[in-house]
This record gives sequence, C-alpha cells and structure tokens, in this order.
Amino acid sequence: MSEKRFVKDRLRRSMMFVPGNNPGMIRDAYIYGSDSIMFDLEDSVSIGEKDTARFLVYNALMDLKYGSKELVVRINDLSSGLGIKDLEAIIRAGVHVVRLPKTETAQDVIDCEREIERIEKEIGIPVGSTGMMAAIESAAGVLNAYEIAHASDRLIGIALGAEDYVTDLKTTRSDGSELFFARSMILQAARTAGIAALDTVYSDVNNEEGFLAEVDIIKKLGFDGKSVINPRQIEPLHKAFMPSEKDLAKARATVEAIEEAKARGSGVVALNGKMIDKPVEIRARRMLALAELASNFTVEEV
Amino acid sequence: MELKTTGIAGTMESSDIQIVLEPRTEGGIEVSLTSNVMNQFGKQIVKVIRETLADLKVENAYVNAVDKGALDCTIKARVQAAAYRAAESDEYVWRTKA
Amino acid sequence: MSELNLSAIHGIDEINFHGEFAGSRAKNHETFQNRMNTNGKVVASIEEAIKASGLKDGMTVSFHHHFRNGDYIVNMVMDAIAKLGIKDIVVAASSLQAIHSPLIEHIKNGVVKRIETSGLRGKLAEEVSHGLMDTPVVFRSHGGRAAAIAAGELHIDVAFLGAPSCDAYGNANGFSRVEGHTTNCGSLGYAMVDAQYADKVVILTDCLVDYPNTPCAIPENNVDYVVKVDSIGDPKGIMSGATRYSKDPKELLIAQMTAEVVQASGYFYDGFSMQMGSGGASLAACRYIREKMIEQNIKCSYALGGITGQITSMLEEGLIGKVLDVQSFDLIAAESLKNNFYHQQISGEDYASYANKGAATHQLDFVILSALEVDTDFNVNVVTGSDGIVMGAIGGHPDAAAGASLTIIVGPLCRGRIPTIVEKVTTVTTPGSVVDVVVTEQGIAVNPARPEIRERLVAAGLPVFDIKQLQERAYRIVGTPEPIQFKDKVIGLVMYRDNTVIDVVREIDEYDYNA
Repeated sequence: MSEKRFVKDRLRRSMMFVPGNNPGMIRDAYIYGSDSIMFDLEDSVSIGEKDTARFLVYNALMDLKYGSKELVVRINDLSSGLGIKDLEAIIRAGVHVVRLPKTETAQDVIDCEREIERIEKEIGIPVGSTGMMAAIESAAGVLNAYEIAHASDRLIGIALGAEDYVTDLKTTRSDGSELFFARSMILQAARTAGIAALDTVYSDVNNEEGFLAEVDIIKKLGFDGKSVINPRQIEPLHKAFMPSEKDLAKARATVEAIEEAKARGSGVVALNGKMIDKPVEIRARRMLALAELASNFTVEEV
Repeated sequence: MELKTTGIAGTMESSDIQIVLEPRTEGGIEVSLTSNVMNQFGKQIVKVIRETLADLKVENAYVNAVDKGALDCTIKARVQAAAYRAAESDEYVWRTKA
Repeated sequence: MSELNLSAIHGIDEINFHGEFAGSRAKNHETFQNRMNTNGKVVASIEEAIKASGLKDGMTVSFHHHFRNGDYIVNMVMDAIAKLGIKDIVVAASSLQAIHSPLIEHIKNGVVKRIETSGLRGKLAEEVSHGLMDTPVVFRSHGGRAAAIAAGELHIDVAFLGAPSCDAYGNANGFSRVEGHTTNCGSLGYAMVDAQYADKVVILTDCLVDYPNTPCAIPENNVDYVVKVDSIGDPKGIMSGATRYSKDPKELLIAQMTAEVVQASGYFYDGFSMQMGSGGASLAACRYIREKMIEQNIKCSYALGGITGQITSMLEEGLIGKVLDVQSFDLIAAESLKNNFYHQQISGEDYASYANKGAATHQLDFVILSALEVDTDFNVNVVTGSDGIVMGAIGGHPDAAAGASLTIIVGPLCRGRIPTIVEKVTTVTTPGSVVDVVVTEQGIAVNPARPEIRERLVAAGLPVFDIKQLQERAYRIVGTPEPIQFKDKVIGLVMYRDNTVIDVVREIDEYDYNA
C-alpha cells in the first residue's frame, strides 16, 4: 500500500486548473501554493491539439519537479477514444490522480478503473497505485453521486463541474441557489464514502467579491476545497479556509486538555467545565492541522 | 519512424517552441533554429531536438525550430508530437517514469 | 553726480562694480501684450536656433528623455545639425530609446562621435553592441550624470530641451495648462539639470503659451532660445494614461512577498520614506504596502522617484505626505503634479547627485527596484540582457540603491528560460554592497552584510534562502546557460554614481548553435 502515488486523506483546499497545452503555465504551476495541480487535457484543449497537449503534460510529469503537490490530470472521456490514449501516457509518467470528466454513473468509474489497472499491470507497478477522482457535471451524475462516490477504492474525491451542470438543468450560474442541490448531494455522497468533496471553478477571475461569496457558501456546506482557474484565486481561497485566531486558540486549548487528561490516565476530558467529546476533538485536531499547513509563504525545495 | 509528410507542433507563445519537421531521404538531421535565448541555450536546444529524434528513430529530417524560451521537456514534447504527425501515426510509444 | 569721488571710499578696490552710473537704457513703453507679440526669445526654426547657439564641430549637445519612446526632439535636432554640416558631436542624453535609431546613420556619417546616456534600446542598442562606434558609449546613472554636469566633467555646450509648454521668454514646463493638450510628460526633472548648467539652452515646444508659464520646471533665466515646432512627440509613446496594476499572478506573488519584507524589515513605521521602481512587481508592491499602511495606521512622509498614479492617489488619500517627482510615469501623475501643492518636481541633481549638498535619495528608508540579473554577490545588472546585448538603462538604480537604508530588488526567479538570479551578472551596474534583499516568487535572499534584516525576515516566517540556493534553483529549472561570448573591443563604459568605472560592456561575438 505504501507504493501508492496518492494520499487519500490530505489537504485539498485548492486544485489549480492548468491548460494542458500551455508550456508556461505548466512550468510555473508549482509556485502558487495550490494544494493540487490539475493538468487539463479535456475542455481547455481544442480537438486538433489533443496529441500535442498529451505530449506536453506527459513530458512535464516525466521531467519537472512539483514538490509535494498532488498531481492530477483531467483526461478526455473514454467514449471519445482519446481518454485511453491519455491514460496510456500519463500513468506511465507517474500521475497521482486521474480526474474523470462528465461522470454519470458508477459504471463510468469502473470502466476507467479497468483501463488504469490494465496499464498498471503492463508497466509493472502495483495495481491500485493510481488515484481517481470523478467530476459530476450533469443531473444524472448528481442523482448517482452516492454510487459514483462508492464505485472505487481509488477515489480520493468527487467534484462538481457546474458549467455543464447548469446547462443540463436549463439554468445559468447565479447566486448559488441553482447549485445548492448538487452541492448537497455531492457533499453527502463524499462524506459517506470518506472522500473529499470539491467545488466547481469560479470563472470571473476579476470578481474577487463574487468568488469569496461562493467560497463562503461551500465552506459552510462542508466542502474540502475548490477548483481554481487563476493563481490569483488561491490566496484568498486559502485565507477563507484559514481558521480564525479565536477558533485556533480554542482548538489548541482543547487538544492540550485532551493530552493532559491522557497523561493523567483520565478518560473524561473537560475544558472550562464543558465535556469534550469525540467530534469536538476531531474538529479541533483538523483545524490545527489545517492551520499548520496553511502558513502563507512556504516555498519548498523542488 | 518514417516521416511521410510535414509535421508541425507547438506555438509562437512565450515558453513554447514551434517545430516544423520535413521528411528527407538522406543527409541526416539538419536543424535551423531561431531563439530568444540563442546565445545561452542554442546548442542545448539543438541537442535536445537531435536526441529526441534519435530516440524516435528518425534519421533524416529538416527541422525548423522557432523557440521562445521553451524548457527541455517542452522541446521534447513538441518534437515528439511533430514527428508522430509527420509519420501520420498514433501508435505512441511511452516510457515509464523510473 | 560729479561730486561722487569713488576712489576716496575706504576699501573700494575690494568691491566689484561697473564704474559710475551713466544713465539707464531706454525703457520699453509697450504694453505687456505687445511685448509678447515681439516674440521674446522665439526663433523661426531649429536651424536658426542651432546657428544662434554657436554650435560647432566637436561640441556637446544634450537632451532629456521625459518623452520616452514618443520623443521627436533628438531626431529632429540631429537631422538639423547634420543638414548644417556640423560633425563630431557628442550626444549627451539623459537616456535614449528605440525611437532614436536614426542616430545610427548620424554615427556612420560622422555627425555623432560619441554618446553619453543612461541607456540604449532597440536597433541602436543592438548596433552599438555589435561594434558600431569607435569610442565606447558612456553609461551614467541619473545622479551620476547630474553630478558630472554640475562639476563640469560633462560640459554641455547646447541643451535642446523639449517642453509641452513654454512662453516666449522660456519659462518651460512638462505639462500645458491648455485644456486637452496631449503631449504632457509631467515632471521635467532631468531637463532641469541641463537647463541650469548648459552654456546655451534651446527650448522646443509645441505649445507656446502666455507669459508667465509659471509655476514651471525651467525658468526663463536659464533659456536662450525658444522654437515652436509642430510636434514634440507622439503622445502614445510619451506616457500611458494610467499605469495599471499588474494582473500577472507571478508579479502579484512577488509584490505580496515584498510588502511582507517591508513590514518585517524594521523600516515600516509611521513617517517612513520610500521609492518604488516602475516595474510590474515593484509597482504592485505599492498596493499591498498601501493596505498595510491603512490597516496599521501608518503614513509615509515622502515618496520619491519616478512617480505613478498609484503614488499620487496615495498622496490624495493622505497616506503620503509629499511627493518628490523627478520623472512622471503616467498622465495621472502628470495631472497630480499640476494640481497638488505637495507634489513637487525636483531636478535630477536634487533627486540623486552624490556630490552636492543634499539629494532626496539619501533620506530613503527603503527602495524597491527591478533587475535584469542579480548575481550571487548581489551585484545587479539593468543595462545588458543575458544575451550580452545592451537593452536597458541604469536610470536611478544605483543612486536609490546606495541612498536607501534598505534596498530591495524584486523580480521573477526566471523570465522564460532566462534565469534572473545568476552566478555572475553580464554587466555590473549596481554593486552588491548597496543591495540588501532580493525577492523572487520562489524565495527571498538577504545580503550577508545585513544579518539583522535576515533575522527579522526569518522571524516573520518568510522563506529566506542563501542567494546561492536561489541561483541553483533557477539553473535547475531552466538549465545552466552558456557563458556569453564577447570580443575584446569595449563598446560601453558603465559608471557608478560617483563616475568611477564599475564595469565595461564588450562587443558581442557571433554564435553558432550547430557548432
């Protein structure tokens, strides 16, 4: 199991979207502090350049260093015939997580997993090395979210792709009410499967206010993070996900009280006269871990 | 790999390189290069182009390269794509990362 | 007055005077309006002005670069000089731009013998790098140039100074108060030095205005001739409407990190002073510093240098007390100079001379500057590209760097495939001894001469590395660049601000990529 290329449970506040045929953005993708980088071979690549983008992402994965970033590639869907070619290249190049576009049913995940498994065997790496995530972009996908989320052990998360979804619903993006059902479905499905719930992109990069309003909604709902299409969105996103000093102080006190009780051999823990039960402890520890990872200007050796 | 037609890959955007590959029957690989980092990386760019073609077993070709500061991995990607296009083939051969 | 016996007065032989009063000159009884109509110092053409100035073979003419790449003055005047058959001229411009490529012909034809400038760009820069001139170009900083002119080391015979407004007696300014005038450039700071020290001064203007054109940059007592021309420059090339904040995410990252450096450095306190370069990242740093000033209720005493609308809006917000403007970078800054009492234009000498009684660069807390290259000894190059060819200008870089208590150089670790942090800069324009901090998007380096700054930045949780680590990181990403091949011939002398030679630029050699 230690030979897995992906880590199921990790920080995924931001997944930065990098067009697969843009060498400059591919080169610089690691400097902006996103938790994951998603190289796109699908919608951002025109039909005539699918091959060149595939070569570019393949060589980048082979040669460039991205430090501790989670490396995701969004492939073309398998029915197009392009998806298999994408998989052949990127699994050999060591991708951590394959992102499946337009997932409608659990069978879509299973079909893709079969191809991944075949390639893993061909190149002699342990079966199960490669992670997967599924993007849900239609009404059918949303209604099947639970089955999709449980379709494979490789899944690290499911994500909402809102642009196609609202078109399918015959509506448009607005204040978020149009996405409330889908977000709720995806979140519940992800939580029951113990995987990440990831929100859609916000495409008006110059509207920071609108972006932050959307971040506020998904954070309150319980999402782990969001896809971003411009590096400028990462810092405000992370800031929004950063716990307040007050909450952090409380979390620290909680954990200290637990550690102290453990040292005393006591099973009952209380802080300021209030019992600390398991969910409170989990939340406190999660918050502290997040804060530690979230310090602003970390530059890692690559 | 046998080149059948002219294969083009890459753009004139910053950090990219455009490779135009033309088949020839003999005379080996001939590279003509313009680059905005010529004086610092010209020889390195030509070296990567030649190595990538050798790897693909392309022995004779004219290469016209217009470089805008591409990294080695980008040069490789563009040469590979241009070669497969010139060979009119999608029987891609991928290596596995060590 | 025959009873005056001057020689009997004690100590009279120590007092200089022109003899006994022998009657006044005839008074002019014309109305002010009529006097203006007699045209004052206005001469009919550039040729007339050149002839009247007494310009001869081998003399030195000067120009300013406030019109940047929109300038028509240099080319018009040099064409006229050539037409008059005058040879071996020394062109001493505060800087030269791509638009000045016609100088190439004048050099080839012997009209121009030698060039002094802050920098060169475009075709002229390329030709010079390929050995166009026999005598090397002298590159001086703005402060160094002002000092050399004031000391007479750079003697200007005739200054030809473009002005967006001037009256018939020579009161000249960098903007016109005529509504809708399009060739404004704001401050005339660099031209003020030439006007003060040149033997003869010719103002060329496209906007002859009523006397007195005051307040102004250049007063009439500095001016010999005024020429009205159809156009002094292309407004689009002179300056942009507003310098926009960068949207480049990498520059914004650098800018954010720079603001953190400033905050942690010990030089960010109520009453601090600052200068910002006009590069994307240093300009963007302005925005983040502004946010910190508002958050922490900190005000800036004065902002210096090339001035943008970002700085003048902070003046108008009350965040900056005074603006000292040697060169305006956009129309918003130019407009502010016209309207704001505490936005003052200052001469290149008051800005940055090392040798006078005081210059504003010497009171700076911090300056944020760009660079083409920085090496592992913190030396900075702003003149030659990494390909060895001249492509920039020294500007006020070494002046501000030497004057400020904290000098911060900002830039991306690499530009495309060109590393910014290198083992050895192609040309030293600012010595590492006056550079304190280098900020890239992939980490910060602090000059070992400033251990206390390093400590403060580390304590603030900023990613501080040795500069060698940054350089190695850059080379790991782009590869190790080949050393540039030069010939022996020196094509440029680079002066430090004290006008000692800090480096030379050599002629570029041919390169064969198939070798």
